[in-house]
Amino acid sequence: MLKQIEGSRAVAEAVATCRPQVICAYPITPQTHIVEALGALVKKEELNAVFMNVESEFAAMSAVIGASAAGARAYTATASQGLLYMSEAVYNAAGLGLPVVMTVANRAIGAPINIWNDHSDAMSQRDAGWIQLYAETNQEAADLHIQAFRIAEELSNPVMVCMDGFLLTHASERVDLPGQEQVDGFLPPYEPRQVLDPQDPVSIGAMVGPEAFTEVRFLAAERMRQALELIPAVAADFAGQFGRPGGGLVRPYRTEDAELIVVALGSVLGTIQDAVDELRDDGIRAGALGITTFRPFPAQAVRETLDGGHRLRRLVVIERALAPGSGGIVTADVRGAISAPDGRPPHPADTIISTVVAGLGGRAVTRKSLRAMLTSAARGDLPPFSFLDLRQDLVESELARIRAARRSGPSAENILRHLSVTGIG
Amino acid sequence: MPFERIKFYQTGSFAAGNRLLPEDLRSVQSSPARSNTLTCGHRACQGCGEALGARYALDAAMRATKGKLIAVNATGCLEVFSTPFPETSWQIAWLHSLFGNAPAVASGVGAALKAMGRTDIRVVAQGGDGGTVDIGMACLSGMFERNDDVLYICYDNQAYMNTGVQRSGATPSAARTATTPAVGPEPGNTFGQGKNVPFIAMAHEIPYVATATVADLRDLEYKVTRAMDFHGARYLHILVPCPLGWGSSPADTIKVARLATESGLFPVFEAEGGEVVAASPIRHRVPVTDYLRLQTRYAHLFRPEERTEVIARIQASADRNIARFGLLGNQETDHPERIRLTPALQYDSPGEG
Repeated sequence: MLKQIEGSRAVAEAVATCRPQVICAYPITPQTHIVEALGALVKKEELNAVFMNVESEFAAMSAVIGASAAGARAYTATASQGLLYMSEAVYNAAGLGLPVVMTVANRAIGAPINIWNDHSDAMSQRDAGWIQLYAETNQEAADLHIQAFRIAEELSNPVMVCMDGFLLTHASERVDLPGQEQVDGFLPPYEPRQVLDPQDPVSIGAMVGPEAFTEVRFLAAERMRQALELIPAVAADFAGQFGRPGGGLVRPYRTEDAELIVVALGSVLGTIQDAVDELRDDGIRAGALGITTFRPFPAQAVRETLDGGHRLRRLVVIERALAPGSGGIVTADVRGAISAPDGRPPHPADTIISTVVAGLGGRAVTRKSLRAMLTSAARGDLPPFSFLDLRQDLVESELARIRAARRSGPSAENILRHLSVTGIG
Repeated sequence: MPFERIKFYQTGSFAAGNRLLPEDLRSVQSSPARSNTLTCGHRACQGCGEALGARYALDAAMRATKGKLIAVNATGCLEVFSTPFPETSWQIAWLHSLFGNAPAVASGVGAALKAMGRTDIRVVAQGGDGGTVDIGMACLSGMFERNDDVLYICYDNQAYMNTGVQRSGATPSAARTATTPAVGPEPGNTFGQGKNVPFIAMAHEIPYVATATVADLRDLEYKVTRAMDFHGARYLHILVPCPLGWGSSPADTIKVARLATESGLFPVFEAEGGEVVAASPIRHRVPVTDYLRLQTRYAHLFRPEERTEVIARIQASADRNIARFGLLGNQETDHPERIRLTPALQYDSPGEG
């Protein structure tokens, strides 16, 4: 059913059609509208579920762990500091192999505190053992949740659906929301692999020492390997049943003959595709590669896209999160994917990879800036590591201040003061 | 026919008591049909009060729920000694997640049971004092505030025993731990304000709050059974001596627990809806030194010379408890009625056929 609807609301309605039995929530911007909408659906008895208002994100994840282990389909949503606060339980849910589904409304991590969008939060949990799916549009955000429950439950592994805070969560777009019967036909009732049952008591979460911990972790790696096969299969099944694509591992855009490919995750891909079109108009053979599944990292699919028989020269990886001291998180995975796969030499051998940190803490990634940056990449002028639209004057004045005095004060405040004095921003 | 009322008054073990009782008044532990929820073969230390308390409590809860029970466990000694891979001592559906989240996990289990229409199955959560009064406090308070249908049991051995006897928020004043060593001018733990979790629980006005010790099996079993009469959040705080951490003899675990109550240091009471409704009177009042001397964690209070001022402060806190709860009661020191007798419930536990 087509609706003009806010992203959060669309996700809430999609989640509701998945018939979650326990929904747990603690409010954090920009996740709030999702759980508010679900809470209202439960309150109106349009959704038959238990909705728990808990005292923290740590409790939210803990409660869905308990609910999932007791045999219920369980869901929660969070963002930013909330994801970090629940981090211990995030790892625990994966370690226990519980098929929880969680939305992360991607937002920056403080300090300085910032409520706007980037991928710092989800990237910080990339090794927690969760499958991570990144939505490009609100349609895909809704569709990914329906797929997420099926993937999670088939593998008995939690799935995190990441959607850009505000850019998607608070944007009203046209979304085709599937009906209950359609979703019921796609998503069978939850059959837990392990369950707390007084009639058949088991111990879940026992201590494991050196004699078997490696084997338990191997099985976690094996689930991820299986996920690489399952995710495209579920996406294909979804496309067949719902009549539109969505999900999967990667999404190439005009990459077939491309000599310059931009790699990115999430909603920025729309702007990137526009920029690619403009570059094509300028005669630059550009393309884009969207990574929908970031964990497990689809190395083979990335490699095959970037190794299509053409002569790829330049790769630009857009990082929506900063890894201080190492640069780019996505870059490292992309580099690993194209470098020496299966012991073979890197191919194409002379590919130049640039990392561009962009859109931190809600800074808009504009088509204009992308186009300028990519044009410079095509010319060979782009440095290996750079920040898109960095205010060089602000950085330099603060660096000068730090050099000038020992007690230079808090940088964030200094920069804000500088902005207000100069009347910019 | 006239009969003589037998007074159960023992200074040693209560084990003999069952022989003198009609069958339906015997303790859960005395029944060969008890569920042995925490069965033999676990790795607890000799004389472990927590192992004893957990078995007493969960067997009573299993009987009260006719075996329809799920247990959630916080990280800690109980979790570690009961489930060393590939073994488990639990004969109950059991889930361990993390150190600080057992109340929230249990709430989630309860929510799932409600969503699945299985409210006949009850939920118990358990943890040590560290997992309860310190790192689990926020989740515990949240569970209380929502009045989730969970019985939370704290096995209080007054320090982080699993990690090697470090101070917790439940460590008593002057006690030596690995992080409050018995050195310097004021050896042992500082005199803080304490963190009385039963009172904190009562402040939430949850249906039922009680304290107990492993020294009084019948009282403990009664309180677990009583807790299961209520729905909503319930809290049971059980004092469980730790021979390793307290420096007491493994053979003295019950004795030490009894002296904690007889001295007034650990008041045994129950509360409903935030109000104290009963307190177990002290039968033989003893000075706190009787309790302290049995434990090397207090050795620095007696050697090289007796630290009378510190001991007086500890005695004062015991006296305060005695006054606050009326623990000397009406001086009927040998009355048996406080030893609550709970008729055995007929049920078939899983595995008993």
